[in-house]
Amino acid sequence: MVLLVSLAFALFPIVFVVSAAINPLGTLSSTDLLPTGASFSNFGNLFRNTAFEWWFLNSVLIASVSAAVSVFLSALAAYAFSRMRFKGRRVGLLSLLLIQMFPQFLAIVAIFLIFTTVTDLWPAIGFNTPWGLLLLYLGGALGVNTWLMKGFYDTLPRELDESATMDGASHTQVFFRIMLPLVAPILAVTGLLAFIGTINEFLIANVFLTSAESKTLSVGMWGLVAGERNNNFGIFCAGTLLTAVPTVLVFQFLQRYIVSGLTAGAVKG
Amino acid sequence: MTENVTGAGLATQAPHRGPGGAPGRGREPEKARRTVRDDRPVTLTGLAVKVVLLGLVAGIALWAAFPLVEAEAWLGLGILVATTAGLFYLYLSRRHIPAKYLVPGTLFLIVFQVFPVLYTASTAFTNFGDGHRGSKDDAIVAIQSSSVVQVPGSIEYALSIATTGDAATGPLVFLVTDPATGTVSAGDADGLEPLDAGSVTVNSAGKVTAADGYTVLNAGQASARSQEITEFAVPTEGGAIRSAGLSRAYEGKATRAYDAGCDCVRDAESGKVWTADPERGAFVAADGERLLQGWRVNVGLSNFTRVLTEPSISGPFLETLIWNFGFAIGSVFVTFALGLLCALALHSPRVRGRTLYRVLLILPYAMPSFAMLLVWRDMFNTDFGLVNNLFGLNVDWMGETWSARAAVVLVQLWLGYPYMFLVATGALQAIPRELTEATSVDGASPWQSFRQITLPLLLVALTPLLISSFAYNFNNFNAIHLTTGGGPFPADNPSVGATDLLITYTYRLAFGAAGAEYGFAAAISIFIFTLVAVISAISFRRSRQQEEVYA
Repeated sequence: MVLLVSLAFALFPIVFVVSAAINPLGTLSSTDLLPTGASFSNFGNLFRNTAFEWWFLNSVLIASVSAAVSVFLSALAAYAFSRMRFKGRRVGLLSLLLIQMFPQFLAIVAIFLIFTTVTDLWPAIGFNTPWGLLLLYLGGALGVNTWLMKGFYDTLPRELDESATMDGASHTQVFFRIMLPLVAPILAVTGLLAFIGTINEFLIANVFLTSAESKTLSVGMWGLVAGERNNNFGIFCAGTLLTAVPTVLVFQFLQRYIVSGLTAGAVKG
Repeated sequence: MTENVTGAGLATQAPHRGPGGAPGRGREPEKARRTVRDDRPVTLTGLAVKVVLLGLVAGIALWAAFPLVEAEAWLGLGILVATTAGLFYLYLSRRHIPAKYLVPGTLFLIVFQVFPVLYTASTAFTNFGDGHRGSKDDAIVAIQSSSVVQVPGSIEYALSIATTGDAATGPLVFLVTDPATGTVSAGDADGLEPLDAGSVTVNSAGKVTAADGYTVLNAGQASARSQEITEFAVPTEGGAIRSAGLSRAYEGKATRAYDAGCDCVRDAESGKVWTADPERGAFVAADGERLLQGWRVNVGLSNFTRVLTEPSISGPFLETLIWNFGFAIGSVFVTFALGLLCALALHSPRVRGRTLYRVLLILPYAMPSFAMLLVWRDMFNTDFGLVNNLFGLNVDWMGETWSARAAVVLVQLWLGYPYMFLVATGALQAIPRELTEATSVDGASPWQSFRQITLPLLLVALTPLLISSFAYNFNNFNAIHLTTGGGPFPADNPSVGATDLLITYTYRLAFGAAGAEYGFAAAISIFIFTLVAVISAISFRRSRQQEEVYA
């Protein structure tokens, strides 16, 4: 049956990673699909020989803060786009879509030059700091997310907020008390997508973070296998498994919203 | 029908939604509402929040202003003040309500997205890159100081290598001690500046061991950057200070000098002359030889025409473009197909253990994709990769054009189908079962009812997602860079590989080993952007029309 084949396809790389992670030899050539031995030495080495705990903390910090803030920023913007009519609304929506199509990292040279100046002036948000990278990621906060959310808002009956307004609620009260709780599914989905996207972002972080303790997981772990592929493989897989932990947790946490949020928001795009 | 499909995911929340739909509703109630709002009294909490947030803004602005004042960056300060004043005006006035919601995100968008894009776009019209970084004056200084040779009688300094930033990456500074006077000076790419004797510590050999405001590199740190140090020169009048080893420096005479009269560089020894070519931003000799150091000039459209006309670029470029389309379309198609298949299978009421299946099928989505890409790369290893071992194959996956292409698409399939599965599951649930039941009563086979009813409805719902998935995969840098790295490369052209996407190709142009060509890379970026924008615009229009057909 389709399901069993897909299941095998879905799981075998993961089984392989698990097997490599607990394989005491820890090299690629000695790893097979099923574990040949079991030990946690790779996990021990991971923490002993690398700054993994720092990478982990940096990644989780950057990903969760940027996901939360970007979801909030686009929720604000989507509210305006969905519920208010103003000059430049159409133009604004279209240009958001257009700007998003320019991948941010194509501008990496420009970003590098800009942040060279920033590092000189404000070292606190310059290279090798999580805050600078965070700000940079927030540049993409508006965009696809805003479109997804606007679509979702549009499906909420206007009678709801109109009657609240009649009852004397201000626009901020309508937004925080009425709209936000109702759009929780789409907030969850865009938050999850932003979180996963940030955890996996490699290129900009690679240019941005160079000192060992400021790296994120993607940059740090790339460094593990970039040169010596065979020998560090077990450690690398151990790191991979640990990296999956926050994502799985966020996933579990948001799960009940995800399916309805993904489709309901998406189809309105 | 569309009403049902699109709205059903939310049917519980939007029971009263009228057939007219929400957007584009009349303007009159809007006006009425606004007047209601304007008359409303200010609430205490609202005021408190406003005060706190604006105070925060003022604080950040103040913090940001000091370094700007120090650096005398008046333009930057002006922008800062204007922005802050604008924010205060916006949030203290009762008008411009939409702007209040749009401005926070837009600020970030402008500073970190629009501005870099514009900067990139302007770079596309220049020859910016290795050898063309600064102004003409910078180039002249660089030419003169790099031609410095040690001549009899030149001063020998005791040298300490320092930096103002990080020991491994910060800008280099030479701390030199004059043997005759004992004065210590700091030299960087702008020239030499004497330091206050009180702020430096000098050892018995005359070497500086510590200086206020500088990090003196130790021997290990210095030798790690020895190549940079060898190339570094501190321009002085008529020559430059260069290092001789890590602890001595000499002041030498430049053999090449710029002559403003003929706008050329003349070599004192050989007498050769390189004349400035303002079109190319370089000094070119009569025999066509050009000096390595040039300057940044506007080259108009030549970066763009190069893509189309230069055969060594346009040929591979076209091939890459075609494969780029193939990759993006292929990835979207296979992930959608498998995701839909799984969703359909799970949708059937006979399946037991649905939750478990779902959790397991989604697992790849939760794994960190950058790491899994690297794992897949190793699974395709010819000698000890899992794929070959498991199936008893002996395929050189990454070494052949088509096997490498198949491999990257397969990896994309693994990474991407869980998302499609989730999306398709949601959309399937939104299609009322009565529809398919009705067709089966009418005698249609399951396949027919899927083809005629379910699939079109699904496509209406999912087309926008498929388009954005296409746009994403079109520029899927990680997928290629972390697996094949663009390879395999043809023997005669190491710059474009068989699995290269435009984006990885651009990256190699801009940062590759062959020397940076930022201007050219920026031109290709613009090209990619235009392509993706046009394709997406067309497909969005078509999907809109399609939606109307089914409405």
